[in-house]
Amino acid sequence: MSLALALEIVFAVVVLSAAVWTIAAREIFPAVAGFVGYGLLLALVWMRLGAPDVALTEAAIGGGLTGALLLGAAAPLRASERPVAVEGPGRVLRWLAAALSATVAVALAASVLFLPDPAPTLAPAAAENASATGLGNPVTNVLMAFRAMDTMLEKVVLLLALVGVWSLAPDRFWGGRPGPRHHADPLGVLAFLARLLPPLGIVVGIYMLWAGADHPGGAFQGGTILAAMWLLVMMAGLTDTPPVSRRWLRVVLIAGPAVFLIVGIGGLALGDGFLAYPVAYAKPLILAIEFAMTLTIAVTLALLVAGPPERSAER
Amino acid sequence: MSEAIVFGLCAAVAVGLGLYGVIANPHPLRKILALNLLGSGVFLYFGVVARRGAAVGFGGDPVPQALVITGIVVAFSATALAIALLWRLFQATGSATLRDDAPASAGANVTHR
Repeated sequence: MSLALALEIVFAVVVLSAAVWTIAAREIFPAVAGFVGYGLLLALVWMRLGAPDVALTEAAIGGGLTGALLLGAAAPLRASERPVAVEGPGRVLRWLAAALSATVAVALAASVLFLPDPAPTLAPAAAENASATGLGNPVTNVLMAFRAMDTMLEKVVLLLALVGVWSLAPDRFWGGRPGPRHHADPLGVLAFLARLLPPLGIVVGIYMLWAGADHPGGAFQGGTILAAMWLLVMMAGLTDTPPVSRRWLRVVLIAGPAVFLIVGIGGLALGDGFLAYPVAYAKPLILAIEFAMTLTIAVTLALLVAGPPERSAER
Repeated sequence: MSEAIVFGLCAAVAVGLGLYGVIANPHPLRKILALNLLGSGVFLYFGVVARRGAAVGFGGDPVPQALVITGIVVAFSATALAIALLWRLFQATGSATLRDDAPASAGANVTHR
C-alpha cells in the first residue's frame, strides 16, 4: 500500500467518524460541533481530490458559516430537546431506516466501483475555450461564462431564501433589525478579535475575489470571508444589524443579480444570446459581475445567518 | 486514482448516514444536520466524478466542481431558511415537535401577540 493511499484511508476514516458522531451524538450541541469538524475535514478531502476552489467554499460555507448558523440555533433550542427525544421512531422503524440507508450506501458504493472507464470529462472543452474569456481559473470560467445561467439563478435562490427568512418576522417587527442586539465585554477577547481581524479579513476577501480569475478563489469565497467579518463585528456588539427596510441594504442585495441580468440581456441585444459576452469585453464584464456579486453575496450570507427581524427599527 | 475509490466509498457512507439521521432523529435541528450530511455526500460523489475526469493538466473536470460550488451555496441558503422556520415554530409554540397532535398548551408560557 502506497503512502498516499494510506493517508487517504486515514482521512476517510476521520471524516466518517465525525459524520457518525453528528448522527449518533445524544445531544444537539455536540452533534453540531461534530458537523462543523466534519465540514472542515471535508475541505481537506476536497484538496486531495484536486479541487481547491471547492475546498475553499466548503471550509468557508460548509464548515464556517453553516457552523455559525447551526450553533446559533442550537443554544436556544436546547430546551426543546428532551420533550422531542421521546418522539423518536420505534425499534422496528429504526431497523428499517438502518436497512434502507445501508442499501442506499451499498448501491452508491457499488456504483463508485463500476464508474465508466475512461471517465467522461469536459476538461478538454473547458481548456479549449478558456481563451474566449481571458481567465486562467477553469472553475471560474465555468461559473461565470460556460454555465453562467446556473450562477445567476443561484444568486436569485439566495435572495429568495432571504425573503423567506425575513417573511417569518412577526408583523410588528417587519422592516426591523434581525436577531438580538449582541453585547460582549468591550475589553474581552471577542471585541478584541472583532477589531483585529476585519482589516485583514477584508483584504483577504478582496484578494480572493481578484485572484479567483486565475487561481483558486472567486466571488463566493471572497464574499463569504467578507460576510464572516461583518458577522464577527456584529456578534461582538461593535455594530448593530441594519433594519431590513433600509434602502441601501435593498440596493446592495439586488446589485449582484441585477448586474448579471443586465449583462445577460445586453448579450441578447449585442452578442449571440442571453449571457453571451462579446469576446473583446468578456473579462471586464465578468469582473464587473463578480464585484457586484461579491458584495451581494457578503451581505446576503451575513443576513441569512442573522435571521428574521426580531426588533423594531427604532431600538 | 486511488483517491477516487476511497473518497467515493466515503461519499456513499456519508449519504447512508445522512439518510438514516433524517429518518431516525426526531428533532428537526438534527434532521437539518442529517440532511446537510446527506447533501455533502452527494457533493463528494460529484467531486469523485470530477477527479476521474482530470485531463489536460486540470486536477479535475471543472464543470462538476463548479456545480458543487453552486450546490454548497444553495444548500446553505436552504439550511438558513429551514432554521428560521424551526426558530419561528419554537417561538410560536414553545416546542420543536413535528407531530400533528402536539398539545396546544405547550406554548402557554411563551409570549404571544
